[in-house]
Amino acid sequence: MPQKITSKSIDDNLKRRAREISGQIAQKCFQCGTCTGSCPMIEHMNVTPRGLMALLQWGQADKIAEANTPWICASCHVCQVRCPRGVELPKVMEALRQVKLRTNVNQIEPANLQPEEIIDLPQIAMVSGFRKMTS
Amino acid sequence: MSISYYPGCTLKTKAKNLETSALAAMAELGIEVEELPRWNCCGAVYSLADDDLIHIIAPVRDLIRVKERGHDTVITLCSMCYNTLARANDLMKHDEEKRKTINMFMDEEPDYAGEVRVVHLLDYLRDDYGWDKLKEKVKVPLAGLTVGPYYGCTLLRPREVALDRPDKPTLFNEFMAALGATVVDFPMGTECCGSYQVLGNPDAALKVSYDILNDANQHNIEALALTCPLCDYNLGRRQNLMRDKFEGVPEIPVYYFTQLLAVALGLSPEVCHFELNRESAIGLLKDKNFLKEVPA
Repeated sequence: MPQKITSKSIDDNLKRRAREISGQIAQKCFQCGTCTGSCPMIEHMNVTPRGLMALLQWGQADKIAEANTPWICASCHVCQVRCPRGVELPKVMEALRQVKLRTNVNQIEPANLQPEEIIDLPQIAMVSGFRKMTS
Repeated sequence: MSISYYPGCTLKTKAKNLETSALAAMAELGIEVEELPRWNCCGAVYSLADDDLIHIIAPVRDLIRVKERGHDTVITLCSMCYNTLARANDLMKHDEEKRKTINMFMDEEPDYAGEVRVVHLLDYLRDDYGWDKLKEKVKVPLAGLTVGPYYGCTLLRPREVALDRPDKPTLFNEFMAALGATVVDFPMGTECCGSYQVLGNPDAALKVSYDILNDANQHNIEALALTCPLCDYNLGRRQNLMRDKFEGVPEIPVYYFTQLLAVALGLSPEVCHFELNRESAIGLLKDKNFLKEVPA
């Protein structure tokens, strides 16, 4: 879907923060889509990893805020090992999660988890899930 | 004895079957390890934020404990612990600026610069013990068992800590072959099981796990072998839930690699705690006549 980009709709602030937190330069991505083709969680994402990189390159903060991509990512790193440009996408995803989490907002609310949902979970599921999705 | 053993949180409870089978197998193989005193949780996932050093502290503390014991190697069994400890170690070895900051912050601890070697039992067996020596120790070859080695993510990615080629690993295949099993590679053996998304997006995690099981089934795999308690949960325990949501879910028993190792070494099934696996797990091994004595 075509998107109209004007100088007014580019949010350099998000680009800068994402770069600070991730250490990754979004502009390095040349949009080949290998990440999207490799991602095991792709069918659950409303924006592909490649699409998210394009939005980031163009500082489209509002669109990025609507994307569930960083919250579906399981940090499996398959995109990273296959990226021909050496972009560490899992770090970009982490940065976009952190931008939200650092406003003291949780993506999942531990208190709302039902005991029967978590009773059998291994500890590493809880620790890693909370690390990725709570502030 | 120069090897520390780092168990991690899950191996003392939910994944006791991974720990007890590994300890018994290592003892049988003559690999002497000592559980690290005062170990703490590694954090399960390595922090991917460049400006976040506080989450590196926990794994580094564990590595300092290893150094304090005078050990040069720490052995792990859980893939997530392996990944987190190995990456923290890598950072301390190669990033001078962050190393300085972390060492200064932990002023109560001795300085650390990545002196310890972090290994997983699988690469220890390959590089230090050797497949040939392992083969000699096998008393009950797993002949006729068609196993799919499920690598998952954290043994292979990112490249800095990969135990093998991330795109076409052979390590786990070689291990299973050494135990006498028929090893079948399947394309999804290196794909993610959904990992911690079992907490955030349980349906999405269930779907990828289902895809993996289906792929294994299409390759006529009878059983999966794996190294990670979270993969075990997603691929093993959640098979019942998959059956509620999807059609034609195959019943595939899932084992920790150390359980199959213990069985092949002829150890008592009791050390494997099969009651923590799927019910079909012990059944398949009985059918194949691999178990000499079965607890009542």
